[in-house]
Amino acid sequence: MTAVLAVHDLHVAIGERGRAANVLRGASLEVGAGEVRGLVGESGAGKSMLGRAVLGLLPANAVIGGGTILFEGRDLLAMPEPERRGLLGRRIALIPQDPITSLNPVKRVGAQIAVTLRHHLALSKRAALERATELLAEVAIREPRRVLELYPHEISGGMRQRVLIAMAFACDPGLVIADEPTTALDVTVQRQVLQLVERLRQRHGAAVLFITHDLGVVAKICRTMTVLHAGRVLEEGETADVLARPRHPYTRALLAATPRADRPAEALRPVPPALIESLWSEAHRLDRLDVAGRA
Amino acid sequence: MRWGEIIRRLVLIPPTLFGVCVIVFVLLRVVPGDPIAMMIPPGASPADIDRLRAFYGLDQSILQQFITWLGQALTGNFGRSISLHQNVFELVLARLPATLELSLLATLIATALGVMVALTGVYVRGRRLEWAIDGGIGVFLAIPDFLWALILLLLFGVLIPLLPISGRIDPQLDVAFRTNFYLVESLLTGRLDVALALLQHMILPAVALALPFAALVARLLKASLAEAEDQDYAQIARARGFSRPAILWREVFPNALIPTVALGGVQVTLLLGGTVLVERIFSYEGIGNMAIDAVINRDFPLIQGLILTFAVLFIALNLAVDLLVRLLDPRLRHG
Amino acid sequence: MADLTLSGPIERPSRWLASVARGGTRLWCGGTLVGILFLIALLAPLLAPHDPIEQDLLAAQLPPAWIQGGEWTYPLGTDSLGRCVLSRLMYAARTAVAVALIAASLAAAIGIAFGLIAGMFGGWIDQGVSRLIDVWMAFPPVLLSIVLAAVIGAGLTSVIAAIVVVDWTRFARVVRAETMVQLQRDYAAAARVLGLSRGQILRLEILPNLVPLIVTLLAVEMGIAILVEVILSFVGISVAGDVPTWGGMIVEGRQIVYQSPWIMALPIVSVILSVIGFNLLGDGLRAALDPVQRR
Repeated sequence: MTAVLAVHDLHVAIGERGRAANVLRGASLEVGAGEVRGLVGESGAGKSMLGRAVLGLLPANAVIGGGTILFEGRDLLAMPEPERRGLLGRRIALIPQDPITSLNPVKRVGAQIAVTLRHHLALSKRAALERATELLAEVAIREPRRVLELYPHEISGGMRQRVLIAMAFACDPGLVIADEPTTALDVTVQRQVLQLVERLRQRHGAAVLFITHDLGVVAKICRTMTVLHAGRVLEEGETADVLARPRHPYTRALLAATPRADRPAEALRPVPPALIESLWSEAHRLDRLDVAGRA
Repeated sequence: MRWGEIIRRLVLIPPTLFGVCVIVFVLLRVVPGDPIAMMIPPGASPADIDRLRAFYGLDQSILQQFITWLGQALTGNFGRSISLHQNVFELVLARLPATLELSLLATLIATALGVMVALTGVYVRGRRLEWAIDGGIGVFLAIPDFLWALILLLLFGVLIPLLPISGRIDPQLDVAFRTNFYLVESLLTGRLDVALALLQHMILPAVALALPFAALVARLLKASLAEAEDQDYAQIARARGFSRPAILWREVFPNALIPTVALGGVQVTLLLGGTVLVERIFSYEGIGNMAIDAVINRDFPLIQGLILTFAVLFIALNLAVDLLVRLLDPRLRHG
Repeated sequence: MADLTLSGPIERPSRWLASVARGGTRLWCGGTLVGILFLIALLAPLLAPHDPIEQDLLAAQLPPAWIQGGEWTYPLGTDSLGRCVLSRLMYAARTAVAVALIAASLAAAIGIAFGLIAGMFGGWIDQGVSRLIDVWMAFPPVLLSIVLAAVIGAGLTSVIAAIVVVDWTRFARVVRAETMVQLQRDYAAAARVLGLSRGQILRLEILPNLVPLIVTLLAVEMGIAILVEVILSFVGISVAGDVPTWGGMIVEGRQIVYQSPWIMALPIVSVILSVIGFNLLGDGLRAALDPVQRR
């Protein structure tokens, strides 16, 4: 069966003309239906940019230099804007990183959930609020009706993240992009959030692209994973395989830097860029010049 | 604005008003000109003049005059106008509605205009049109209301005579009003033709007052909109499939409104102060026009009463803005 | 385009040039307008084609030369007494510039003094100054200057006094707030640790940082001073007698506005150009002098 999401040879540069930095340099990735794929890499590897490119959230000064992003077989980059907006929020959803800043501070929680439901599913106001109540109950929020009436600043950070998860799954999406959703939370809340994502994913039948720098999280919930470094995919496969037999020195370094119960963590050992460059086949050679040339 | 801050402001009102009274009083008493000199009929005897002087209390020392005046003012008696021979409080009260209606209309026009310009400006962010809009805002901000009044008078009163340029209502129009809020009253009682006639007279002065204020609203709001649009919640709304205009209006605008009201609301005082000259230019019968007459006639009691009225309006406006901000920002409402 | 590492060292233009560049178009336009105004004011006796108070009753209310009925001896026409409008505008610029320079500097000097004292010493001194500013803010500024000018009596001094007494708070408020901010900064604390006296801190640390702000305010205040002079002339209590002023010309023009609208329009245009000039200059200076681009 075809992949829900297929990113192929994606190039993205950020910056003004003549001084751009290439953040994605031919990244490719697939997420199958119902699959949970971890996307890992250190900060600046381009993993968030990849997620943003799918969601159409690239910064204003970013230029897509080439490649395709197929969602259910259709190219998001080539389709007209209104059609893409019809998919975003309905078929493709986002769980954002920071629950504090991701909710509108002057709107009630209920209204924020309802507006998406009404926009995409053409529900009446009452039906949308009814559905919002069910969704909040699904993410284990007690007294959902009361919470609907509250403003974001009146609920805890963990609760806000659960609201955001409920919003992501509101329209039964085919793909949820989780952009480091646990980074801003403390460890106990983190585990609850991961369990919630897993439960809702199963119930709503969505595939998840889980962006994180935390290999522990990946090991817990992702069946497959992709390792990104400097805008390119270094390694991918079943999570168990990759973690057990990392083929690439960078993955090994990343793994060694992850704290584990049985040994102290080490700092992420820098891998000489030259070593990584040398691993690329002739076809991929130093393309930094021509990507920006296209931009 | 927390409650504590609002209480602090309330406490500061009496001393501020007292300061205003003292300064006005002292200022007017060092005048070299003699207000009595203007009202003496030719051939009045020195005894008559003394009697007049005593009648207005001008023969006492400044301190004594001030204490007398303050004592009476506290009971609502602000003295008698020297030039109009009437109770100051009643005079001001009769004229105040005209100024309030004009200022309110101007504020509404300015807000509508400012919001439209700001939304357009932020929508075309980064394009050349934004540059033009910023420039336009700068020009409209630099030219004050009374110059706009003169320009409008020249354009729509003289060169293309579309609108009346003098007074509050046609002298021929014979309508009785129960209150002095002509516009509000005619709207409430459904006399739309009268309301229209009033609006024709008010529109030029109101627009003159509104233009610089609209530019101020536009500048403040545009900056706040741009800042709010870069926040996560607005970005994420894009990922939920909302169009940019919808996001700007529904997600960004309610947030950007808070700092704009907090900073710009206070500036409505500038608009109120502007009524002095604009009313004069359009011979509109409000307290601003009255104030200039009072200054020209050296009518001390009236000047004092009018300045105090403006001061009370300014302070009330500041408080109203604080309360409005609390209303708009849920974080302060429950804080 | 090249990778960041490949690009050469960034050329650094001189600090002065960089400032002018930051100021941009606004600085240029504002500077030009203000420059022209100052030149006209300075050279009025040389530039003016006629004596500004010389009457030619046979040539009264002539339109500008390019309109039918105009004469090139009176390029901008004549007023109701047959006086040359162009010459009057030029001489009026002298009054405007004189008022602007003197009143703005005096208001600045007084305001800065109050602001610095309040900001440096804090405590009851600051309380006192702040309450004084509160009282001032409760006055309608236009009415206050009219009352003041009426009290003092007609004449240049009275106009200047009216502006200074009303507008010193504009400087005091800003300087007080900024002084407090600067004192909070690390370098002021460092200076105290170094054992510098209050006066030394003021001179070496605070004042240099206040300069951009004050220069900007000063430019804007000059524009305001010109406006106040127009207002006072308009009400009939400005510079007395034969001295031409823009405000006075507007009033005279208003009386015959139906017959010869240009007599009122021309001084209005002069005022607007000057005020826009000072505002642009202020904006441009702020951008040019602020090295950090706080915003």
